[in-house]
Amino acid sequence: MSTVELLKTPLYDWHKAHGGRLVEFGGWVMPVQYSSIVEEHRAVRQHVGLFDISHMGRLRFDGPDALAWLQHVTTNDVARLAPGRIQYSLICDEDGGILDDVLVYHLTEADGYGLVCNASNRLRVVEQFEQQAGSFNATLADSTLDTAMIAIQGPAALLTLQELFEGPSLAEQGYYSHTSGQVLGTRASASRTGYTGEDGFELIVHRDVAEAVWLELLECGLKRGIRPCGLGARDTLRFEAAMPLYGHELSESVNPFAAGLAPFVKLDKGDFVGRDALTRLKEAPGAARIGLKLPGRKIARQGCGVLRGDTLIGTVTSGTFAPTLQQSLAMALVTPEAPPLGTELVVEIRGHREPAEVVELPFYRRPRS
Amino acid sequence: MDPKDLKYAPTHEWVSIDGDVATVGLSTFAVEQLTDLIMIDLSKATPGTTLSAGDSFGEVESVKSVNDLYAPLSGEVIEVNASVADDVNQIAQDPLGSGWILKLRPSSPDAELPNLLDFDAYQKKVAEDSH
Repeated sequence: MSTVELLKTPLYDWHKAHGGRLVEFGGWVMPVQYSSIVEEHRAVRQHVGLFDISHMGRLRFDGPDALAWLQHVTTNDVARLAPGRIQYSLICDEDGGILDDVLVYHLTEADGYGLVCNASNRLRVVEQFEQQAGSFNATLADSTLDTAMIAIQGPAALLTLQELFEGPSLAEQGYYSHTSGQVLGTRASASRTGYTGEDGFELIVHRDVAEAVWLELLECGLKRGIRPCGLGARDTLRFEAAMPLYGHELSESVNPFAAGLAPFVKLDKGDFVGRDALTRLKEAPGAARIGLKLPGRKIARQGCGVLRGDTLIGTVTSGTFAPTLQQSLAMALVTPEAPPLGTELVVEIRGHREPAEVVELPFYRRPRS
Repeated sequence: MDPKDLKYAPTHEWVSIDGDVATVGLSTFAVEQLTDLIMIDLSKATPGTTLSAGDSFGEVESVKSVNDLYAPLSGEVIEVNASVADDVNQIAQDPLGSGWILKLRPSSPDAELPNLLDFDAYQKKVAEDSH
């Protein structure tokens, strides 16, 4: 960390000036919270929250073979992705281990695709595409450092963004789709995606206008209870929605079937990196991701052992006291398969054995009208 | 409680001495750093327990992390604040007052008190820690 220069988003100065508690994350300096994680979490569940997610990697693919290249490197079926649509996908190695989880965007232009990956995996993802470039006639451009990405999440996200987004109707924008328009007279891409379990949008703008857009969003959201939110609330929100986090639920030593991500692996789409291994793993993933509920307020954090009787069957990958559900919950990876819902297990927390019950994932599902 | 009148352990516990009783709590700085307190486990600090300076007597859990609480002085636990054990928010609301955690009868205050930091020294340490 001391030898590598940490990257700063275009909003770094704003975060610093507004009480953002800054931490190192994935090679970037990012705000973990401004006020309290729980207050920011509640703002997103009840009103609207704003997140600087400019640390996420943004790649762009162009050329006649852009589709074939993405099809070869990612596990979901990019051919099924209509222009304007987005899909969740995985990048695996030859052994079926997960190198990253990503969003693939079919941009409206004929051969253009976009991809958003995790900050800490950006260089590895680029390297994987380059290694798998073969004779594909396509180019990869990394626009991470030239752009900013802002997530607007919560029940009032649509109303807030609508006030300053000029372009196609955001209200008619389907989940996992995107559109282009203008914000403050400058080009902006808006996708109806997010990482909180709420309705919301992710906005990409040029880095030079990032702070102006951020301020305008805060202004528009003021009467709706908007708050700037840090990585702390982003983590508790995604945890309640049981969305996996790379380095916790996902890693090179976890395959997509073990992680509960089977719908995002399309073995019938033709050859792709990891397909042979994944074909075998589908029948016997060797592990499973489960949800756990603990009776007390003690938190089972990443690394805690999970036992069935006296047998160690796995490890907690994420755990917290869920702010919305007011319950100590954890996700764990257990082998070789998930015990049935209701099974009583034991979690070892700092030398103490605490009971835990297997519960359904996700822990939280937003009420839909 | 005036924070200037307290002594501090480098592990962020404060101590107030009144006769032969030492009251122990968690510093305002530590509470601000932790934020979003979830629970405090004081099962290791029941009255009658003898602690040595530096012993962990409990843990405080926040959304972000779990942290040990350390005895700033050696001595026998004479009282535990039941209301903070029931509702950890007491500590967040008034860390130097009603959010006190336990009372000890120090066994060797003359030898150990000089090891603790005064307010100015603690502020200096906190300033260094925040960088």
